[in-house]
Amino acid sequence: MYKKIMVPVDLAHIEKLEKALETAADLSKHYDIPVCYVGVTSSAPGQVAHTPKEFASKLKDFAAEQEKKYGLTSVDSKSYTSHDPSIDLDETLIDATGDTGSDLVVMASHVPGLPEHIFASNAGEVAMHAKVSVFVIR
Amino acid sequence: MTDQPELTPDGSAEVIETDYQVGQDNIQAKIGPFGLDIHNPVFMISGLVIVGFVFFTLALPDVAGSIFGWLRPAVTSTFDWFFLGAADIFVVVALGIMISPLGKVRLGGTDAKPEYSYLGWFSMLFAAGMGIGLMFFGVSEPISHFSSSVAEGAGSPDSWAPLAGAAGNETEARRLGMAATIFHWGLHPWAIYAIVALSLALFAFNKGLPLSVRSIFYPIFGDRVWGWTGHVIDTLAVFATLFGLATSLGFGAEQANAGLEFLFGLPVTDTSKVLLITGITAVALISVVAGLDAGVKRLSEINMVLAALLLLFVIIAGPTIVILTGFIANLGAYVEYLPALSNPIGRDDANFSQGWTSFYWAWWISWSPFVGMFIARVSRGRTVREFIFCVLLIPSVVSVLWMTSFGGTAISLVQDGLAAITDAPLELKLFTMLNELPLAGITSFIGIVLVIVFFVTSSDSGSLVIDTITAGGKVDAPTPQRVFWCIFEGLVAIALLLGGGLGALQAAAVSTGLPFTVVLLLGCWALVKALMAEPRAK
Repeated sequence: MYKKIMVPVDLAHIEKLEKALETAADLSKHYDIPVCYVGVTSSAPGQVAHTPKEFASKLKDFAAEQEKKYGLTSVDSKSYTSHDPSIDLDETLIDATGDTGSDLVVMASHVPGLPEHIFASNAGEVAMHAKVSVFVIR
Repeated sequence: MTDQPELTPDGSAEVIETDYQVGQDNIQAKIGPFGLDIHNPVFMISGLVIVGFVFFTLALPDVAGSIFGWLRPAVTSTFDWFFLGAADIFVVVALGIMISPLGKVRLGGTDAKPEYSYLGWFSMLFAAGMGIGLMFFGVSEPISHFSSSVAEGAGSPDSWAPLAGAAGNETEARRLGMAATIFHWGLHPWAIYAIVALSLALFAFNKGLPLSVRSIFYPIFGDRVWGWTGHVIDTLAVFATLFGLATSLGFGAEQANAGLEFLFGLPVTDTSKVLLITGITAVALISVVAGLDAGVKRLSEINMVLAALLLLFVIIAGPTIVILTGFIANLGAYVEYLPALSNPIGRDDANFSQGWTSFYWAWWISWSPFVGMFIARVSRGRTVREFIFCVLLIPSVVSVLWMTSFGGTAISLVQDGLAAITDAPLELKLFTMLNELPLAGITSFIGIVLVIVFFVTSSDSGSLVIDTITAGGKVDAPTPQRVFWCIFEGLVAIALLLGGGLGALQAAAVSTGLPFTVVLLLGCWALVKALMAEPRAK
């Protein structure tokens, strides 16, 4: 039914993604399709990495870990550099669906509250604008 | 070091290894429904001290007025030699780096690619650096120096003329006035920005340290920059930025109000000013939430085009030949008077060298953490030589052209006997001059739009910078924090505008220039040392 799953990951908060990662792995095995882990960073040093290159390599390691942990058959990772990640994250992720050729996004989100009336959650924004299916995990 | 290839930026660079992790001292709290990610001491201390300062100024306006009324002239007069000397050093260091082999170092590593086009880059340089100043001082400053130079008694101790003035000699007074103006808007201010921006970019993009002012001092203080030494440096940067921005916002509202009254008869009242600040802050908020590319970059580009149109219009509608020949002549006058104007000691023109130059230098320096950080953020991928050429030399040339066109036209009008420009209050000089040229309604309107949009871009980029510093160098902190700083700037400006403490705030901003000059001189040394360790592009 699907060709490829894209899983946006925030390497600084992996603990909050557990449920989404497991769901993505289950779906990947169920449909027998590859998973692509996607991360967005800025070119300035951040919490996860000092440079975009280091970020990409950490994301690759993360993908390999997931592959081993869940016994996945095909994983991939792709990192994107954004000028202003706090704002451009959603747009970068939406573009990434096309770029990675994914047709299903599995994405963690938090329970919406008051702030979502002003700032939509990232998953909410992606679900609203992406052309592919989006599975928001809460 | 280079045995850890994944640590290096693009191509090779000399990464500094430290155990410090960006954001390690941050607290991730939830205030109400909003998630925050802030650097603990820096955010709290700067926020609380600023609130305390505002309360103090409002509660005891007389005490605050007398303290700060004394402080600002005391700082700029007592330490004039220090400001003038330091600024000269910045120019020499910047030019020295540019022509030396260190110019071949590339920001972000030997293979890094520029992230912004030249147009976007330049637009943001001007929008953050001095756009607003060029609007206000482009006409008024050349006129001031010209008038004080040509006046009877120029060169006497009471005179405000630069150097010895040129009493009674209009031609020479014009040259001197333009040279003095260009001096304040040329190499020196841009060298201050260039040094700060280059240091920040180098330590973040090549050395892998957080994008925060403290990182520049790693070669001097080592791991202590992650402790209180660094907290103090970063907090100082936040003060300088917020005080500087709020002052500009407050004075800017007064000036924009005067302009709108001149054009449309909008009454000059506290209500109008508060509405203007609120409006500017609201537009800045939209821009903040739209992000760097869709917000401040786009606004800066719009402003750049508008400013270029206005400049072109003045050149064509004004005394074209005088402006075009004046460009070369003023450049010559600048070069001729530069040694005397930049001389830090033994000056006989105390009013000018302390009241103008020293004040300007302190002001540029107090703005430098903000402008420098913003320039740094958009300069990855440029070589150091290209960077200094584009941040120091090209803006200086543009300043010469701008001052020649606006100031030169105004001086010509004054020489032709039009006293209105000289008599007009500072904030109206530009509009009084445009009034003498054709299509005054349209050009004055463009002028007002430029002023307001330059305020928006300053407020927006300032919020971005303060947020990054108070988030320990994180550029991806939650958006509500930026919104907070943007609103906070507006509120501080409104509180002090109504309570009458803008002068105190400006004094505070200028006063932070003094410790920051010391910080920057140390920074020059750290910069050269760090550049020498970098591999150079082939």
